[in-house]
Amino acid sequence: MKYLCLVYLAKDKWHAVPDRECASCGSRMQARGVLLAAEPLHPVETAATVRVRNNKVTVVDGPFAETKEHLAGFYLIEARDLNEAIGLASQIPPAREGSIEVRPVRELKP
Amino acid sequence: MDIAQILAPRSAPVRKRLSRRLTGRSFVQPQEKEAIPVKFAFAGRKVMSSWIVSTADAFHQTITEVYQSDSRRILATLIRLLGDFDVAEEALHDAFRAAVEQWPRDGVPANPRAWLVSTGRFKAIDGLRRRTRFDQLDEAAAAKELGVDDDAAWAERESVEDDRLRLIFTCCHPALPADAQVALTLREVCGLTTEEIAHAFLTPAPTLAQRIVRAKGRIRAARIPYQVPDADELPERLEGVLRVIYLIFNEGYSATSGQVPIRQDLSGEAIRLGRLLVQLLPEPEAFGLLSLMLLHESRRRARLSAAGDVILLDDQDRSLWDRDLIAEGSALAERALRAGPAGPYAIQAAIAAVHAEAAVPAATDWRQIVGLYDALLAIAPSPVVELNRAVAVAMRDGPAAGVALIEGILRRGDLRDYRLAHAAHADLCRRLGRDEDARASYERALALTRQAADRRFIEGRLGELSNSRESTD
Repeated sequence: MKYLCLVYLAKDKWHAVPDRECASCGSRMQARGVLLAAEPLHPVETAATVRVRNNKVTVVDGPFAETKEHLAGFYLIEARDLNEAIGLASQIPPAREGSIEVRPVRELKP
Repeated sequence: MDIAQILAPRSAPVRKRLSRRLTGRSFVQPQEKEAIPVKFAFAGRKVMSSWIVSTADAFHQTITEVYQSDSRRILATLIRLLGDFDVAEEALHDAFRAAVEQWPRDGVPANPRAWLVSTGRFKAIDGLRRRTRFDQLDEAAAAKELGVDDDAAWAERESVEDDRLRLIFTCCHPALPADAQVALTLREVCGLTTEEIAHAFLTPAPTLAQRIVRAKGRIRAARIPYQVPDADELPERLEGVLRVIYLIFNEGYSATSGQVPIRQDLSGEAIRLGRLLVQLLPEPEAFGLLSLMLLHESRRRARLSAAGDVILLDDQDRSLWDRDLIAEGSALAERALRAGPAGPYAIQAAIAAVHAEAAVPAATDWRQIVGLYDALLAIAPSPVVELNRAVAVAMRDGPAAGVALIEGILRRGDLRDYRLAHAAHADLCRRLGRDEDARASYERALALTRQAADRRFIEGRLGELSNSRESTD
């Protein structure tokens, strides 16, 4: 079953984990065959939020909501169950500096 | 409980009532009944051995007994085999209905529990097959979707014991909200009905029903597995289970529960859970929690006056303390401490045990209690523990020593909204003759107190201060 692991970090922790550590975590997961996709993100200042209301497109700078921790990246993993997903998420290096939200992926209903 | 309820249209699972009352002796036999062969089960009873003469009443009696002693275990196994709480619950009911129909005809099986598990499983799979036939799904896919365990050796597996442990850890999974963990545990492990749980927690029944439905939904959607955690995760996950059990216990132990019997029963449920946990997972902290609960429970009859007012430990009639519970609790506390590095529950239990062994308040070994609080602070520091230690220091070294510690805590900014901190401060000031400081702290405590019984107590103390002031004029 697929789980999305969303990595959240506060501003002051943004560079707390070196990129190469995240890279080797990704490689390890890939070698185990559990990694479906993973990407790091530019900081939240580079975000733009798009909404369409009444056919009108509005674009606003910044994230969709102000939060203390910001989305820093994601890992899409394959795991047998939630416990296994939690185990994998706890190995993602930013877990020790921020938060990893683990959410099960569902199928779109036809 | 009676057979009619089992046969009734599907409602909430029947809860066992026998041996749940909190009489003095009810907790001396912690072992649950084993499913023993039928001929021995009837030995010594007025009913003839079952395979010679059986009246319908005798079978109903047997089935009732099997339900009371084994239904939770059977449910736990069915959850493992069928992979779903609701499906398993239906299977459980179907199995007992089948028993009521077939056992009078065929006799009670040699291993009733295995028969019921097997029958429940068969009926669930059969039901699924019938439902999916119309959808043209093949059996294998249907079984896979249900998560059915196809291993033929399941009946002989000793894991039947572990199934209840799996169930406890699943219900207490940290991915579920805390109140859902409590509700689910009481429902699935203890067998309380939704109505009973709602009533006990002073929550509307639909709210609680929704909470349980959502929790089961989360388990399904997130695929929370039905397993006992690995060794490296066990300590933390066990802490979660103990927290849930202690929450249930405290809910039944609070001053407000005195008027509502079902809420007192919650403490009984918690203790039963604690016993089960200790049986299945003899870890030191599990012993510690059970010990702590037994020792608290031993004082129940002495805690409240007839009017429902709180009686402090110092003023309790110690002849009302249950000595059997104290003996058992103290023995478990000792065992917990000996078993390894002391955990917080074990130490708290030891503190309760030291109190319990004092025949009168003056005989309390405060030196030992302070030492235990020192140990507790070392592993689980918190301002509340510091406060309790300060009170113990006051008893050991005099009020002045204790009051200095409490003032230090409050000066730091901790416990400013904790009524017991101000109440303790007030009490020590009173003993030192610092009446004005006592009065001020009692007022602060009163402002933070909502429970009628607790308010009466503080108002009483304030009254005493006024009287003593008047008498010195």
